[in-house]
Parts: sequence; C-alpha cells; structure tokens
Amino acid sequence: MRVVADTDLCQGHQLCQGESPTVFGFDETADVVVVLDEHPDEALRAEVTTAVRYCPAFALSLEEDS
Amino acid sequence: MTLADIPEVSTVLDDQSPEVPAIIKGTGHLPEMRIDPIALFHRVREECGAIGRFRLADRQVVLVSGAEANEAFFRAPDEVLDQAAAYPFMTPIFGKGVVFDASPEERQQMLKNQALRGEMMRGHAQTIEAEIRRMVAGWGDEGEIDLLDFFAELTIYTTSSCLIGKPFRDQLDGTFAEVYHRLEHGTDAIAYVDPYADIESFRIRDRAREELVGKVQAILDARLERGAVPREEQDLLDVLIAVGMDADHITGIFISMMFAGHHTSSGTGSWAMIELLRHPDVMASVVAELDDLYADGAEVSFQALRSIPVLEAALKETLRLHPPLVILMRLVQEDFDLLGHTIPAGTLVAASPRVSNRIEDDFPKADAFDPGRYVDPRQEDLQNRWTWIPFGAGKHRCVGNAFAMMQLKAIFSVLLRDFSFEPVQDLESYRDDVTKMVIQLAQPARVRYRRRAR
Repeated sequence: MRVVADTDLCQGHQLCQGESPTVFGFDETADVVVVLDEHPDEALRAEVTTAVRYCPAFALSLEEDS
Repeated sequence: MTLADIPEVSTVLDDQSPEVPAIIKGTGHLPEMRIDPIALFHRVREECGAIGRFRLADRQVVLVSGAEANEAFFRAPDEVLDQAAAYPFMTPIFGKGVVFDASPEERQQMLKNQALRGEMMRGHAQTIEAEIRRMVAGWGDEGEIDLLDFFAELTIYTTSSCLIGKPFRDQLDGTFAEVYHRLEHGTDAIAYVDPYADIESFRIRDRAREELVGKVQAILDARLERGAVPREEQDLLDVLIAVGMDADHITGIFISMMFAGHHTSSGTGSWAMIELLRHPDVMASVVAELDDLYADGAEVSFQALRSIPVLEAALKETLRLHPPLVILMRLVQEDFDLLGHTIPAGTLVAASPRVSNRIEDDFPKADAFDPGRYVDPRQEDLQNRWTWIPFGAGKHRCVGNAFAMMQLKAIFSVLLRDFSFEPVQDLESYRDDVTKMVIQLAQPARVRYRRRAR
C-alpha cells in the first residue's frame, strides 16, 4: 500500500499522528502533515486506514500497489 | 467560453408575479429561492448539467455539481473565490467589524492554538456529556419534546461551553437559545438585494441581536463588579473584557463563533433522530451497538472520540440526505477559469451539498437512507470526496467536523441508552423550513421518550 497526503487540503488537525505515529509526522513550519513512511508495513494497515478515514480534512488516501 | 455560454435554468416563478414582494420584483430566481431553493438547485443540474446558471437580482450565480466541477470550485484559492463576500445575509447578524470567516491561514492558526485542536477534544467530550445529562436530568420516566427546541437549546450550551468557556455557559438559560434562534431565522434571501431592507423578518433579527447584546452586557457588568479572577478560572469573555472590547463587539464575536456549530449540529441531531424513527431496523442496530459498547461501563466522553461504526454510518447518511447548508457560495474576485469557462469577477459561484450528495452515479438509490454505504468496501464518503460534501470540501472543509461528529456520538450515546423514542406525528410530517438561508426544522417536530429499564 502507498500512503498519499494532499497538503493543499490538510488543515493541520494532527489526528493522523495520534492514530499512526510512525507513518505520519508534522511540518511545524508549514503546518501540514508529512508522510514519514510512504509504504508502511502491512501490519500497520488497520491504524493507517483509521487515520485516512477520520482525517477531518479528507486529505489522506491509501492506494494499493499494483 | 464566457458566462453567456453557460446554460441558464428555467423560471418557474415569474419574478413579476403578484405574490412576489415589491422589493424583489425583477430579481430573476430570487423569489423562487426564497420559497423552494432545493427544487431550484436540483433543476439547475437536471436542465444545465454540471455547470448551470441562475440569477439573484443583479448577480449571476454559477452553480456547479459533480466531482470535476466541485473539485475546481473547492480547490480555487481564496484570492480568486472569496467566501466572506458571498453571504450578505450574515453581515447584520455578526455586526460591523466581525468577519464572516477567517482566512485559511488564520483558521489554521486558531486551530493550532485552541478550541478545536485534536488534543482539546477529550475535554470537550466531557463537557458535552455533562451538558446532555443536564438537559435530560429533569425528564422523568416519559414525556414529549420538540426536536428543534431540544437540540437548539442543547447545542447552545455545548458550543458556548466548549468555545467560550464554562463560566459563560453557566450564566445562560433557555431564553438565550430562543433569542439566538430568532437571529438565525433572520436570513431571508432578500438580503441579496438589501441586507437592511425594512421587512418584518429583518426587524425581528435586529431586535434579537439587541437582546443578545443586552444579555452579554448584563453578564459583562457582573464580571466587572466581581473583579478579576485567577487566570485558570477565566473564560474567553474575561479575556475580551481585559482587552477593552465592548458588549456589542463581544456579542458579534460570540455569535460568529457559535454560528457555524449551532444550527448545523442542532439540525443534524434532529434529522438523525427522525431517520432512526423512520428506520426501526437501523435504530435497533444502533441501540444494540451502544448497549454492547457501554456494557462494561465505558465512559461516553471516552467512547465518543473512538469508532462507533453503526452510529457513525447512520449520522453520515443523515448528513448526506439532510446537509445543514444546501448551498456554499463564493464571490469571484478576479476572472476565474472554470473548466474552460471564463467566469468574470463579480459573479457568484456556488456548489450545492444537497444536489451533489444525491448524485445517482455516486450514490446508488441516492434518495434512500442506507447507512450500509459507509461500510467496507463501499465507503461512499471517501470514494466520493468531491461529491459527498455535507461538510464542504477543500481548504474550507468544515474545520469543526471532527468536533461535530464527536458531539453527535456523545449525544446519541446518552439519549439512546437511557431512553427509547417514538414519533407522535406522521413520520412524513417532519420537514425543514427552507424559506430562510439558514434552514431549520419546521415545527411541530415532536417525539415521545420513555426511560428504558436497565
């Protein structure tokens, strides 16, 4: 899986960091999300999915590797 | 291509017809928008497609729908499409010098600093749980409520307590919600001609605002009399008094802070209850989910911040069918390219959550209440980010949406575990009053509650 963040949409709520702290970080200067791990281990799928689903800005998505 | 190449929707109400008030004669589609805005917006898509046009007095309104046009609309920068200037009916409500909405940069800063930040949510959840319990404390074993009265009052307490502070909330009673409601009702689309027109609904609005200023003045006077309190006991009112603001300005700020979270959450709470009553099978599965979730004594304030999938799906579906805002507008600041059409400065561009949320291709059986849409793998909200838009989309997507969902989860966690509900009027008789730009539930909207044996 591939994690994609649209920083034009990110509002800086930082909820994703709470859900999946090794995959999502935060750029304090730009006030937007930073994807720390673009291809997270399959074991993290549940928490990454939760982060995507509950992002208040709909700024995150999960793409399947083909 | 220019504005003239965009098809204009038909007219069903002649703007010269005798029943049209004199002040809005000759204003194009404005008379219809005051009576049945939803039919107008749907007709734009049916007749014109993804980009259509109608007229409000001397302004052309380009109404977009569908993923491609919505994305272009929601992604446009603020310098091109300005939000503040598009809602003339809000200016007299907030008062002079209080902005409709902060810029995205200011919003982000506000979010970073205070009330809506993720880490503040736990405290808000506790506050909301306490407020809802306070509302039902006097209910007894059975009785009747009006959904509008109940949710409008509850959400005054929750928004004031979470956004302004508990000391201020504790000085409010039910009359504040009643006056606030009259203010929200003063959003007649006649404001597109003149927001200060001498009409009954605007006179009521202005009187309501004066009453609110009076109430805030009384609280402010009492604070001055009492003198300073330690920093940790201060709320936002103390802070604004300390910087020397007067009651009129403070009231404007409070009204604007509470506005976005009030009628929206109140209406969604009401409609969620109505849809659950219309769909007893969904009600049963939500109640079963909550009973199971709280069986081991979990706290509402803890659980509301976590996943409650069946209830969440019912709330999302309520929001899709009954978005609190049916139209989102922007004023074009400089010529704007919309999918090949050059839209000139001064035009209004709009997207309609009501129309986009019911696009059949994106939401099969779009008029049906089906919480199953949000279950894996359908996920019709995430799959349709530019058309599932009860909270809008893009940079301006409702900054309070996580707060709103948490609040609704907390409210229904308390209500449905302690009480069962039944309609006391025909289920089809519950409806919205759409004659104002701020849509509210029409009264009567009564339901009966009965305390559950546990």
